[in-house]
Amino acid sequence: MIMELLTSIARGVGLTLYVTGASLLIGGIIGLVLVGAARSPIGIIRGAATLYINIVRVIPPITWLFLIYFGLPQYALRLSTLQAAIVGFSIIASAFMAEIYRSGLLSIPDGQREAAHALGLGSITTVGHIITPQAFRVALPAIATYGIGLLKDSALASTIGVREITYYAQQSAKQTHEGLLSFVVAGALYIIISLVVALVARRVDLKLRRKIGVV
Amino acid sequence: MDLLTQWLGWMPNLAPGLVISLQLTGLALLIGFPFGLLLAVMAEAKFLPFQWISFGFVEIGRGLPALVLLYLLYFSLPDAGITLTSLTTAIIALSWNTGAYASEYFRAGLAAVPLGQKEAAITSGLTGWTGFRIVILPQALRISTPPLAGLAVLVFQGSALAFVIAVPELMSKAFEIGSITFEYLSVYTLTAVIYGSLTLVFLGLVRLLELRLGRHLLRN
Repeated sequence: MIMELLTSIARGVGLTLYVTGASLLIGGIIGLVLVGAARSPIGIIRGAATLYINIVRVIPPITWLFLIYFGLPQYALRLSTLQAAIVGFSIIASAFMAEIYRSGLLSIPDGQREAAHALGLGSITTVGHIITPQAFRVALPAIATYGIGLLKDSALASTIGVREITYYAQQSAKQTHEGLLSFVVAGALYIIISLVVALVARRVDLKLRRKIGVV
Repeated sequence: MDLLTQWLGWMPNLAPGLVISLQLTGLALLIGFPFGLLLAVMAEAKFLPFQWISFGFVEIGRGLPALVLLYLLYFSLPDAGITLTSLTTAIIALSWNTGAYASEYFRAGLAAVPLGQKEAAITSGLTGWTGFRIVILPQALRISTPPLAGLAVLVFQGSALAFVIAVPELMSKAFEIGSITFEYLSVYTLTAVIYGSLTLVFLGLVRLLELRLGRHLLRN
Protein backbone atom coordinates (compact mmCIF):
# COMPACT_ATOMS: atom_id res chain seq x y z
CA MET A 1 0.00 0.00 0.00
CA ILE A 2 2.65 2.45 1.06
CA MET A 3 4.69 1.79 -2.09
CA GLU A 4 1.67 2.47 -4.29
CA LEU A 5 0.99 5.70 -2.42
CA LEU A 6 4.63 6.69 -2.67
CA THR A 7 4.76 6.15 -6.42
CA SER A 8 1.57 8.10 -7.01
CA ILE A 9 2.45 10.99 -4.69
CA ALA A 10 6.10 11.19 -5.79
CA ARG A 11 4.84 12.21 -9.24
CA GLY A 12 4.33 15.64 -7.70
CA VAL A 13 7.96 16.10 -6.62
CA GLY A 14 8.95 17.49 -10.01
CA LEU A 15 6.40 20.29 -10.02
CA THR A 16 7.01 21.09 -6.35
CA LEU A 17 10.71 21.55 -7.10
CA TYR A 18 9.93 23.42 -10.32
CA VAL A 19 7.56 25.90 -8.65
CA THR A 20 9.95 26.43 -5.73
CA GLY A 21 13.08 26.70 -7.87
CA ALA A 22 11.61 28.96 -10.54
CA SER A 23 10.03 31.27 -7.96
CA LEU A 24 13.23 31.45 -5.94
CA LEU A 25 15.22 32.27 -9.08
CA ILE A 26 12.81 34.88 -10.46
CA GLY A 27 12.12 36.28 -7.00
CA GLY A 28 15.85 36.38 -6.34
CA ILE A 29 16.47 38.44 -9.47
CA ILE A 30 13.59 40.85 -8.79
CA GLY A 31 14.82 41.03 -5.21
CA LEU A 32 18.21 42.26 -6.47
CA VAL A 33 16.51 45.06 -8.38
CA LEU A 34 14.39 45.85 -5.32
CA VAL A 35 17.32 46.05 -2.95
CA GLY A 36 19.10 48.31 -5.41
CA ALA A 37 16.00 50.48 -5.66
CA ALA A 38 15.59 50.55 -1.88
CA ARG A 39 19.09 52.06 -1.61
CA SER A 40 18.60 54.47 -4.49
CA PRO A 41 19.48 58.14 -3.91
CA ILE A 42 16.14 59.14 -5.48
CA GLY A 43 13.45 59.33 -2.82
CA ILE A 44 10.51 58.23 -4.97
CA ILE A 45 12.23 55.03 -6.16
CA ARG A 46 13.31 54.27 -2.61
CA GLY A 47 9.78 54.82 -1.33
CA ALA A 48 8.21 52.71 -4.08
CA ALA A 49 10.56 49.78 -3.40
CA THR A 50 9.93 49.91 0.34
CA LEU A 51 6.18 50.15 -0.23
CA TYR A 52 6.25 47.15 -2.60
CA ILE A 53 8.23 45.05 -0.14
CA ASN A 54 5.85 45.88 2.70
CA ILE A 55 2.66 45.36 0.71
CA VAL A 56 3.82 41.96 -0.52
CA ARG A 57 4.80 40.82 2.95
CA VAL A 58 1.61 41.73 4.79
CA ILE A 59 -0.73 39.79 2.47
CA PRO A 60 -1.02 36.01 3.03
CA PRO A 61 0.43 33.85 0.22
CA ILE A 62 -2.89 32.11 -0.44
CA THR A 63 -4.56 35.49 -1.01
CA TRP A 64 -1.85 36.36 -3.54
CA LEU A 65 -2.39 33.12 -5.41
CA PHE A 66 -6.15 33.56 -5.58
CA LEU A 67 -5.83 37.19 -6.55
CA ILE A 68 -3.61 36.21 -9.47
CA TYR A 69 -5.32 33.01 -10.54
CA PHE A 70 -8.96 34.06 -10.15
CA GLY A 71 -8.64 37.82 -10.30
CA LEU A 72 -6.44 38.52 -13.32
CA PRO A 73 -8.58 36.72 -15.95
CA GLN A 74 -11.09 39.55 -15.45
CA TYR A 75 -8.56 41.65 -17.34
CA ALA A 76 -8.18 38.93 -19.97
CA LEU A 77 -4.86 37.87 -18.47
CA ARG A 78 -5.54 34.17 -18.19
CA LEU A 79 -2.65 32.27 -16.68
CA SER A 80 -2.35 28.50 -16.36
CA THR A 81 -2.34 27.18 -12.80
CA LEU A 82 1.41 26.61 -12.99
CA GLN A 83 2.09 30.09 -14.36
CA ALA A 84 -0.14 31.67 -11.72
CA ALA A 85 1.67 29.79 -8.95
CA ILE A 86 5.11 30.80 -10.24
CA VAL A 87 4.06 34.45 -10.70
CA GLY A 88 2.53 34.50 -7.21
CA PHE A 89 5.45 32.88 -5.43
CA SER A 90 7.95 34.97 -7.40
CA ILE A 91 6.25 38.15 -6.18
CA ILE A 92 6.30 36.87 -2.60
CA ALA A 93 9.88 35.60 -2.84
CA SER A 94 11.11 38.89 -4.34
CA ALA A 95 10.10 40.83 -1.22
CA PHE A 96 11.63 38.32 1.17
CA MET A 97 14.80 37.93 -0.88
CA ALA A 98 15.19 41.72 -0.97
CA GLU A 99 15.12 41.74 2.83
CA ILE A 100 17.70 38.93 2.96
CA TYR A 101 20.01 40.76 0.53
CA ARG A 102 19.59 43.94 2.55
CA SER A 103 20.73 42.27 5.76
CA GLY A 104 23.62 40.73 3.82
CA LEU A 105 24.65 44.14 2.51
CA LEU A 106 24.36 45.71 5.96
CA SER A 107 26.85 43.19 7.29
CA ILE A 108 29.59 44.44 4.96
CA PRO A 109 31.62 47.10 6.77
CA ASP A 110 31.78 50.55 5.15
CA GLY A 111 35.56 50.18 5.17
CA GLN A 112 35.29 47.70 2.29
CA ARG A 113 33.57 50.27 0.11
CA GLU A 114 36.00 52.97 1.17
CA ALA A 115 38.98 50.72 0.51
CA ALA A 116 37.65 49.90 -2.97
CA HIS A 117 37.15 53.59 -3.61
CA ALA A 118 40.68 54.36 -2.40
CA LEU A 119 42.02 51.73 -4.82
CA GLY A 120 40.29 53.58 -7.64
CA LEU A 121 37.67 50.94 -8.42
CA GLY A 122 34.51 52.22 -10.08
CA SER A 123 31.16 51.79 -8.38
CA ILE A 124 30.04 48.92 -10.66
CA THR A 125 33.30 47.04 -10.09
CA THR A 126 33.01 47.66 -6.36
CA VAL A 127 29.49 46.26 -6.21
CA GLY A 128 30.29 43.36 -8.55
CA HIS A 129 33.64 42.25 -7.20
CA ILE A 130 33.91 43.51 -3.63
CA ILE A 131 30.47 43.86 -2.06
CA THR A 132 28.36 41.16 -3.75
CA PRO A 133 30.67 38.17 -3.16
CA GLN A 134 30.96 39.00 0.54
CA ALA A 135 27.27 39.81 0.95
CA PHE A 136 26.31 36.59 -0.84
CA ARG A 137 28.35 34.54 1.57
CA VAL A 138 26.63 36.18 4.54
CA ALA A 139 23.20 35.81 2.96
CA LEU A 140 23.56 32.18 1.84
CA PRO A 141 22.30 30.49 5.03
CA ALA A 142 19.32 32.85 5.11
CA ILE A 143 18.61 32.14 1.44
CA ALA A 144 18.68 28.39 2.10
CA THR A 145 16.33 28.78 5.06
CA TYR A 146 13.99 30.88 2.96
CA GLY A 147 14.19 28.36 0.12
CA ILE A 148 13.03 25.63 2.49
CA GLY A 149 10.23 27.91 3.70
CA LEU A 150 9.21 28.53 0.10
CA LEU A 151 9.26 24.79 -0.57
CA LYS A 152 6.70 24.35 2.20
CA ASP A 153 4.68 27.35 1.00
CA SER A 154 4.59 25.82 -2.48
CA ALA A 155 2.13 23.27 -1.07
CA LEU A 156 -0.40 26.10 -1.42
CA ALA A 157 -0.16 25.81 -5.20
CA SER A 158 -2.31 22.68 -4.84
CA THR A 159 -5.25 24.92 -3.88
CA ILE A 160 -5.35 26.36 -7.40
CA GLY A 161 -4.80 22.93 -8.95
CA VAL A 162 -1.05 22.66 -9.61
CA ARG A 163 -0.23 18.96 -9.67
CA GLU A 164 2.47 18.94 -7.02
CA ILE A 165 3.05 16.75 -3.96
CA THR A 166 0.11 17.98 -1.87
CA TYR A 167 -2.23 17.79 -4.86
CA TYR A 168 -1.44 14.12 -5.48
CA ALA A 169 -1.60 13.37 -1.76
CA GLN A 170 -5.08 14.82 -1.67
CA GLN A 171 -6.09 12.77 -4.71
CA SER A 172 -4.75 9.59 -3.10
CA ALA A 173 -6.46 10.39 0.19
CA LYS A 174 -9.79 10.71 -1.57
CA GLN A 175 -9.39 7.67 -3.81
CA THR A 176 -7.87 5.18 -1.39
CA HIS A 177 -9.33 6.42 1.91
CA GLU A 178 -5.83 6.18 3.33
CA GLY A 179 -5.86 9.80 4.47
CA LEU A 180 -3.28 9.45 7.21
CA LEU A 181 -0.83 7.45 5.13
CA SER A 182 -1.14 9.69 2.07
CA PHE A 183 -0.23 12.81 3.98
CA VAL A 184 2.44 11.07 6.03
CA VAL A 185 4.06 10.13 2.71
CA ALA A 186 3.66 13.70 1.43
CA GLY A 187 5.09 15.09 4.68
CA ALA A 188 8.04 12.70 4.51
CA LEU A 189 8.78 13.83 0.94
CA TYR A 190 8.81 17.49 2.05
CA ILE A 191 11.08 16.71 4.99
CA ILE A 192 13.49 14.71 2.81
CA ILE A 193 13.73 17.52 0.24
CA SER A 194 14.25 20.09 3.03
CA LEU A 195 17.02 17.99 4.54
CA VAL A 196 18.78 17.63 1.19
CA VAL A 197 18.57 21.39 0.56
CA ALA A 198 19.87 22.10 4.08
CA LEU A 199 22.79 19.68 3.63
CA VAL A 200 23.78 21.11 0.25
CA ALA A 201 23.58 24.66 1.62
CA ARG A 202 25.79 23.71 4.54
CA ARG A 203 28.36 22.15 2.20
CA VAL A 204 28.45 25.24 0.00
CA ASP A 205 28.64 27.49 3.05
CA LEU A 206 31.59 25.53 4.45
CA LYS A 207 33.35 25.64 1.09
CA LEU A 208 32.92 29.41 0.89
CA ARG A 209 34.17 29.81 4.45
CA ARG A 210 37.26 27.70 3.74
CA LYS A 211 37.99 29.83 0.71
CA ILE A 212 38.46 32.88 2.88
CA GLY A 213 40.11 30.97 5.70
CA VAL A 214 37.37 31.16 8.32
CA VAL A 215 36.99 27.82 10.16
CA MET B 1 -16.42 55.54 -5.71
CA ASP B 2 -18.12 52.64 -7.42
CA LEU B 3 -15.55 50.24 -6.07
CA LEU B 4 -15.99 51.58 -2.56
CA THR B 5 -19.76 51.08 -2.56
CA GLN B 6 -19.23 47.56 -3.91
CA TRP B 7 -16.74 46.85 -1.13
CA LEU B 8 -19.02 48.31 1.54
CA GLY B 9 -21.84 46.15 0.19
CA TRP B 10 -19.69 43.02 0.69
CA MET B 11 -18.54 43.90 4.18
CA PRO B 12 -21.61 42.41 5.97
CA ASN B 13 -20.77 39.07 4.30
CA LEU B 14 -17.04 39.26 4.94
CA ALA B 15 -17.22 40.45 8.55
CA PRO B 16 -18.36 37.10 10.03
CA GLY B 17 -15.50 35.45 8.12
CA LEU B 18 -13.03 37.90 9.61
CA VAL B 19 -14.39 37.19 13.09
CA ILE B 20 -13.76 33.46 12.53
CA SER B 21 -10.25 34.18 11.20
CA LEU B 22 -9.49 36.20 14.33
CA GLN B 23 -11.01 33.52 16.58
CA LEU B 24 -8.93 30.87 14.85
CA THR B 25 -5.79 32.98 15.25
CA GLY B 26 -6.56 33.79 18.88
CA LEU B 27 -7.22 30.17 19.85
CA ALA B 28 -4.19 28.90 17.93
CA LEU B 29 -2.03 31.37 19.87
CA LEU B 30 -3.73 30.68 23.19
CA ILE B 31 -3.15 26.93 22.81
CA GLY B 32 0.03 27.05 20.71
CA PHE B 33 2.15 29.29 22.94
CA PRO B 34 1.74 27.30 26.18
CA PHE B 35 2.19 24.12 24.13
CA GLY B 36 5.39 25.58 22.70
CA LEU B 37 6.65 26.44 26.17
CA LEU B 38 5.87 22.91 27.30
CA LEU B 39 7.77 21.48 24.32
CA ALA B 40 10.72 23.80 25.07
CA VAL B 41 10.87 22.69 28.70
CA MET B 42 10.51 19.03 27.68
CA ALA B 43 13.36 19.41 25.20
CA GLU B 44 15.64 20.41 28.09
CA ALA B 45 14.34 17.69 30.42
CA LYS B 46 16.75 15.10 31.79
CA PHE B 47 14.21 12.33 31.20
CA LEU B 48 15.04 11.17 27.66
CA PRO B 49 11.58 10.10 26.41
CA PHE B 50 10.40 13.68 27.09
CA GLN B 51 13.13 14.92 24.76
CA TRP B 52 12.07 12.47 22.04
CA ILE B 53 8.40 13.44 22.33
CA SER B 54 9.31 17.11 22.14
CA PHE B 55 11.59 16.48 19.16
CA GLY B 56 8.83 14.58 17.35
CA PHE B 57 6.20 17.28 17.84
CA VAL B 58 8.58 20.11 16.93
CA GLU B 59 9.99 18.46 13.82
CA ILE B 60 6.58 17.46 12.48
CA GLY B 61 5.10 20.86 13.28
CA ARG B 62 7.95 22.74 11.64
CA GLY B 63 8.99 20.31 8.95
CA LEU B 64 5.61 19.75 7.33
CA PRO B 65 3.99 22.54 5.38
CA ALA B 66 1.11 23.91 7.47
CA LEU B 67 -1.23 22.91 4.66
CA VAL B 68 -0.08 19.27 4.77
CA LEU B 69 -0.46 19.20 8.56
CA LEU B 70 -3.97 20.55 8.16
CA TYR B 71 -4.92 17.94 5.56
CA LEU B 72 -3.21 15.22 7.59
CA LEU B 73 -5.45 15.88 10.58
CA TYR B 74 -8.51 16.56 8.46
CA PHE B 75 -8.30 13.29 6.56
CA SER B 76 -6.96 11.04 9.31
CA LEU B 77 -8.84 11.97 12.48
CA PRO B 78 -12.20 10.68 11.21
CA ASP B 79 -10.55 7.34 10.38
CA ALA B 80 -9.36 7.15 13.97
CA GLY B 81 -12.95 7.57 15.07
CA ILE B 82 -12.54 11.22 16.06
CA THR B 83 -15.03 13.45 14.28
CA LEU B 84 -14.36 17.13 14.80
CA THR B 85 -15.70 20.18 13.03
CA SER B 86 -13.40 21.64 10.42
CA LEU B 87 -12.87 24.69 12.66
CA THR B 88 -11.66 22.51 15.54
CA THR B 89 -9.37 20.60 13.18
CA ALA B 90 -7.94 23.87 11.90
CA ILE B 91 -7.40 25.10 15.48
CA ILE B 92 -5.51 21.89 16.35
CA ALA B 93 -3.35 22.03 13.22
CA LEU B 94 -2.53 25.72 13.59
CA SER B 95 -1.83 25.32 17.33
CA TRP B 96 0.56 22.47 16.61
CA ASN B 97 2.30 24.51 13.93
CA THR B 98 2.46 27.57 16.20
CA GLY B 99 3.64 25.52 19.17
CA ALA B 100 6.47 23.96 17.17
CA TYR B 101 7.79 27.33 16.02
CA ALA B 102 7.18 28.96 19.41
CA SER B 103 9.12 26.23 21.20
CA GLU B 104 12.26 27.24 19.31
CA TYR B 105 11.85 30.85 20.46
CA PHE B 106 11.16 29.75 24.03
CA ARG B 107 14.25 27.54 23.94
CA ALA B 108 16.37 30.41 22.71
CA GLY B 109 14.93 32.59 25.48
CA LEU B 110 15.59 29.98 28.16
CA ALA B 111 19.12 29.41 26.88
CA ALA B 112 19.81 33.14 27.00
CA VAL B 113 19.22 33.36 30.75
CA PRO B 114 22.68 33.15 32.34
CA LEU B 115 23.43 30.01 34.33
CA GLY B 116 24.30 32.23 37.32
CA GLN B 117 20.62 33.09 37.65
CA LYS B 118 19.75 29.46 38.15
CA GLU B 119 22.57 28.96 40.60
CA ALA B 120 21.54 32.10 42.48
CA ALA B 121 17.96 30.85 42.61
CA ILE B 122 19.07 27.50 44.04
CA THR B 123 21.32 29.23 46.55
CA SER B 124 18.40 31.39 47.64
CA GLY B 125 16.42 28.23 48.31
CA LEU B 126 14.22 28.65 45.22
CA THR B 127 14.64 25.14 43.89
CA GLY B 128 12.88 23.27 41.13
CA TRP B 129 9.61 24.60 39.79
CA THR B 130 9.49 27.68 42.09
CA GLY B 131 12.89 28.89 40.98
CA PHE B 132 12.04 28.24 37.35
CA ARG B 133 8.73 30.06 37.62
CA ILE B 134 9.81 33.22 39.43
CA VAL B 135 13.47 33.58 38.41
CA ILE B 136 14.19 31.95 35.06
CA LEU B 137 10.87 32.12 33.22
CA PRO B 138 10.21 35.90 33.50
CA GLN B 139 13.66 36.66 32.13
CA ALA B 140 13.33 34.09 29.34
CA LEU B 141 9.89 35.38 28.36
CA ARG B 142 11.17 38.92 27.99
CA ILE B 143 13.76 37.70 25.50
CA SER B 144 11.29 35.50 23.62
CA THR B 145 8.50 38.04 23.39
CA PRO B 146 9.53 40.01 20.26
CA PRO B 147 9.98 36.93 18.03
CA LEU B 148 6.81 35.39 19.46
CA ALA B 149 4.86 38.53 18.62
CA GLY B 150 6.24 38.32 15.09
CA LEU B 151 5.10 34.69 14.98
CA ALA B 152 1.61 35.77 16.07
CA VAL B 153 1.38 37.97 12.98
CA LEU B 154 2.36 35.02 10.79
CA VAL B 155 -0.26 32.84 12.47
CA PHE B 156 -2.90 35.39 11.50
CA GLN B 157 -1.77 35.11 7.89
CA GLY B 158 -1.63 31.33 8.23
CA SER B 159 -5.25 31.23 9.39
CA ALA B 160 -6.17 31.81 5.72
CA LEU B 161 -5.15 28.18 5.10
CA ALA B 162 -8.20 26.95 6.98
CA PHE B 163 -10.07 27.85 3.80
CA VAL B 164 -9.00 24.56 2.23
CA ILE B 165 -10.95 22.46 4.74
CA ALA B 166 -14.05 24.65 4.42
CA VAL B 167 -13.76 26.66 7.61
CA PRO B 168 -16.02 29.67 6.91
CA GLU B 169 -13.27 32.25 7.48
CA LEU B 170 -12.34 35.34 5.51
CA MET B 171 -10.90 33.57 2.42
CA SER B 172 -13.92 31.27 2.19
CA LYS B 173 -16.33 34.17 2.40
CA ALA B 174 -14.35 35.98 -0.28
CA PHE B 175 -14.45 32.88 -2.47
CA GLU B 176 -18.22 32.64 -1.97
CA ILE B 177 -18.72 36.23 -3.05
CA GLY B 178 -16.35 35.70 -5.97
CA SER B 179 -18.20 32.66 -7.26
CA ILE B 180 -21.55 34.46 -7.05
CA THR B 181 -20.56 37.82 -8.52
CA PHE B 182 -17.51 36.79 -10.63
CA GLU B 183 -15.82 39.93 -9.29
CA TYR B 184 -12.83 37.85 -8.17
CA LEU B 185 -10.25 40.57 -8.64
CA SER B 186 -12.22 43.08 -6.63
CA VAL B 187 -13.17 40.76 -3.78
CA TYR B 188 -9.66 39.35 -3.40
CA THR B 189 -8.20 42.83 -3.49
CA LEU B 190 -10.55 43.75 -0.65
CA THR B 191 -9.49 40.59 1.22
CA ALA B 192 -5.84 41.48 0.67
CA VAL B 193 -6.52 44.98 2.00
CA ILE B 194 -8.20 43.56 5.11
CA TYR B 195 -5.39 41.09 5.80
CA GLY B 196 -2.74 43.67 4.99
CA SER B 197 -4.13 46.47 7.12
CA LEU B 198 -4.76 44.22 10.12
CA THR B 199 -1.24 42.79 9.78
CA LEU B 200 0.15 46.34 9.73
CA VAL B 201 -1.80 47.15 12.89
CA PHE B 202 -0.45 44.01 14.58
CA LEU B 203 3.10 44.83 13.45
CA GLY B 204 2.69 48.32 14.92
CA LEU B 205 1.63 46.76 18.23
CA VAL B 206 4.66 44.44 18.11
CA ARG B 207 6.92 47.47 17.64
CA LEU B 208 5.28 49.17 20.66
CA LEU B 209 5.71 46.03 22.73
CA GLU B 210 9.40 45.83 21.81
CA LEU B 211 9.90 49.45 22.83
CA ARG B 212 8.13 48.83 26.13
CA LEU B 213 10.12 45.71 26.91
CA GLY B 214 13.35 47.52 26.08
CA ARG B 215 12.62 50.47 28.39
CA HIS B 216 14.91 49.26 31.16
CA LEU B 217 17.78 49.09 28.66
CA LEU B 218 17.20 52.65 27.45
CA ARG B 219 17.45 54.14 30.92
CA ASN B 220 20.93 52.85 31.62
